[in-house]
Amino acid sequence: MSENANKRVLFIASAGGHWIQLCRLAAELNYEQAHYATTLKGAKAPTGTRKVSVVPDASRSNPAKLVVLASRLTWLMARVRPHVVITTGAAPGLLAIGIAKVFGAKTVWIDSLANSEVLSLSGRMAERYADLWLTQWPHLDASLPRLRYMGSVL
Amino acid sequence: MILLSVGTQFPFDRLVQAVDEWALRTGRTDVLGQIGPSTYKPKAMKCFGLVSPDEMRDFQAQADIMIAHAGMGSILTAMELGKPIIVFPRDHTLGEHRNGHQMDTANRFSETPGVFVARSVEELLRYLNNLQGLLAAQNGSRAELARLADNLRSFIGTAHI
Repeated sequence: MSENANKRVLFIASAGGHWIQLCRLAAELNYEQAHYATTLKGAKAPTGTRKVSVVPDASRSNPAKLVVLASRLTWLMARVRPHVVITTGAAPGLLAIGIAKVFGAKTVWIDSLANSEVLSLSGRMAERYADLWLTQWPHLDASLPRLRYMGSVL
Repeated sequence: MILLSVGTQFPFDRLVQAVDEWALRTGRTDVLGQIGPSTYKPKAMKCFGLVSPDEMRDFQAQADIMIAHAGMGSILTAMELGKPIIVFPRDHTLGEHRNGHQMDTANRFSETPGVFVARSVEELLRYLNNLQGLLAAQNGSRAELARLADNLRSFIGTAHI
């Protein structure tokens, strides 16, 4: 843990269930250098005193908003310079790990517990950008060649 | 207080109307509904569309019983706070969601203590008419959470910029 204390970790997820899963994990990890981002104002960081950054929500159905989101995420990466980016989805998290790779960060995609039989579309697309590509359901471990189960927030 | 929540993304008029009509019929005045973009106009429930995550958490902490769509946020929070939760999954064949993952979630959690899955309005009413019989959900061992955190700590340890 001590060699990890200085690592900057950016936790990012859409509001709602994605955010709640991320908060359970972040509270358990309890990193000093944790930064947080979500899509709804008024979220409290699960650890530390830093304010939660707010990024716009967007999906494939709204390309204009995706461009705004991408620029906000690029700004966020440049400001935080995370060593690791961890997301529980959805579309904003996918875009975040794509941009994080450009900045040289390591990336973790944790597919939502909501997807207990098949990965979400974002989850499938995340394989390209995720250094760790995780499901939270043991029965889905290795159901795709790179997909792994390493525990869950349950 | 009974708290209904349907998430932020889509309307869920079938559930909102069923709970509201039950409250009207039974004279319950302590039902609060987070109804997102639902268009049904409740007659008995006090309702709001959306509040901040922290305000939502306060309402959930105050609730004696939770009723929700099969969203992970609602289920996890009920387990964390130790509340009984009635889960009514969205049916994508009725256009209530993009795909059937809420049905999958309902199936996966149907054996979880304190989580009561209702797959029809009839089942929902059976639970609502027997609220005393509903046990609280529990947080579980969190062993899988500790395992995930350990694995991620090892991974983070390998990251350098």
